Amino acid sequence: MSVNAQVAAGTETVREQPPSHKRQLSEGARAERRLGWLLCAPAVIVMVAVTGYPIIYAVFLSLERYNLELPQAIKFVGLSNYGAVLSSPYWWQALKVTVIITVFSVAITLVLGMLLAMLMYRTIFGRGTVRTTALIPYGIVTVAAAYGWQYAWTPGQGYLSAAFNNSAPLTTQVPAIAVIILAEVWKTTPFMGLLLLAGLSLVPDDLLKAAKVDGATAWQRFTKITLPLMKPAILVALLFRTLDSFRIFDNIYILTAGANGTGSVSILGYDNLFNALNLGIGSAISILIFICVALIAIVFIKGFGTAAPGTDSGSR
Amino acid sequence: MAAVTTTPRQKAGWGVANVVVIALALIPVLWLVSLSFKTPTAVLDPSFVPAQWTWGNYSGILHSSQFIRPLINSIGIGLISTFIAVVLASMAAYAVARLAFPGKSVLIGMALLIAIFPQISLITPLFSIERRLGLFNTWPGLIIPYVAFGLPLGIYILSAFFREIPWELEKAAKMDGATPFQAFTRVIAPLAAPGMVTTAILVFLACWNDFLFAISFTSTIAARTAPAAMQYFSGGSVFTIPTGPIAAAAVVITIPIIIFVLFFQRRIVAGLTSGAVKG
Repeated sequence: MSVNAQVAAGTETVREQPPSHKRQLSEGARAERRLGWLLCAPAVIVMVAVTGYPIIYAVFLSLERYNLELPQAIKFVGLSNYGAVLSSPYWWQALKVTVIITVFSVAITLVLGMLLAMLMYRTIFGRGTVRTTALIPYGIVTVAAAYGWQYAWTPGQGYLSAAFNNSAPLTTQVPAIAVIILAEVWKTTPFMGLLLLAGLSLVPDDLLKAAKVDGATAWQRFTKITLPLMKPAILVALLFRTLDSFRIFDNIYILTAGANGTGSVSILGYDNLFNALNLGIGSAISILIFICVALIAIVFIKGFGTAAPGTDSGSR
Repeated sequence: MAAVTTTPRQKAGWGVANVVVIALALIPVLWLVSLSFKTPTAVLDPSFVPAQWTWGNYSGILHSSQFIRPLINSIGIGLISTFIAVVLASMAAYAVARLAFPGKSVLIGMALLIAIFPQISLITPLFSIERRLGLFNTWPGLIIPYVAFGLPLGIYILSAFFREIPWELEKAAKMDGATPFQAFTRVIAPLAAPGMVTTAILVFLACWNDFLFAISFTSTIAARTAPAAMQYFSGGSVFTIPTGPIAAAAVVITIPIIIFVLFFQRRIVAGLTSGAVKG
């Protein structure tokens, strides 16, 4: 899991002071301003240096023919790198695989995460044990878990392969993608469950009891009361899980290394840099992935009305 | 609790559900543990419990610089990155929570943008920049990106924590005769500590878990971290597959984290969910 998903967590709404400054700032206010900037400066510098500057640099690189094997042949080529990527079947294949993995793993994780959250919330005994155990897949290093899955599905070596008639799912496209989704779901369901658990605890019990007294079935109570009240929590969890899943790399790299048409866009970008050593094409891929992620975020925030963490739409 | 009275049947139902969840969470981990104890011949037997047990995989990797050096890199890079990220995030979060200054929303927006940033987009340009600056395959070459990606998380969690601190206490302590330093160390620091511990745990876990940066910005065991080093393991001979050693390494890098997660469970859950439900 990357840092990013976890930030969902920290989505604390920050309220701006209304800009009430008059023409002249008092000495104290000016000192406060200066201190505020001073305290934020180091964090801002690091963040800009590591992401802002490189992404702008990537835009420039993406407009050049720049192959590390041919350092003399660096030349401005306009948008032709983008043309090369967008007309390549590899890009579309990788994008398709990424979208399939994202849609399935996020959907399954949402359902299982909801069940897990309900269990953690309502179970009668052993609640602490369940919560603690559920954190284990979250804590485990993705790569370590991925090796476990890989060996488990290797014929002659793995218990899962043996249980499924000595099958070798990692060697053909569709079963391999299914195993990748399985590994993703196993790793990320606890995180989803915890986020949804926090949302679940906001649903007032009295309301559910009242509905029960009025004769609502368990399913009605869930769809008519629990789900609508949890919608904001669900959307934030979905946004972060979707963005995280779209960036999938570790599991695929270990499980199949992108063989047999299982590579995601991240695998494509990595392979392009380290196998083809082509900085121009690699940067074009980088920018295209960045645009995809931005589009997903915009759809969630504008389209579904997800409260972007840190924006001023929440109330405390 | 919804159910006022519980029938034995309900009890059994929840019990079964508990067992299923615990089993699903644990079986893949136990499988790795099992593999790590299998002898090179037993590895080729798909049974879940090793037929022959051996410590050989562990003694093998723990005597190999191919694993020990990356393990030290992982610990060192993780700790340094966490420390820097928590210090910088605390400063920024204090400003966000306590001070009025223009540009605050820009900072928050920037943190959000980095939180959703696709790391793969940075691989090509950062690879090129790091090679030019001589940071490629060095500790700082990984520490700097780890700090940058730890900061948004830190700023969110810590500004939420700092907002909850009753800062009047500081004033009260001063009125009672405490020096500003005492007021800070005796009153404010203990109140801020839980938030900083939570942040440190989550940032450290993220650094420890990272794979993409670790394989992209390193080329030798001088800076390669443990998750990135595992793929270069070899078996006892060229004809032996390194399943056992890789499984042992996976267990070694996993078990401390599991203990860590269980020990700080409350903190982690609090940090992961603080504010996430606000819409």
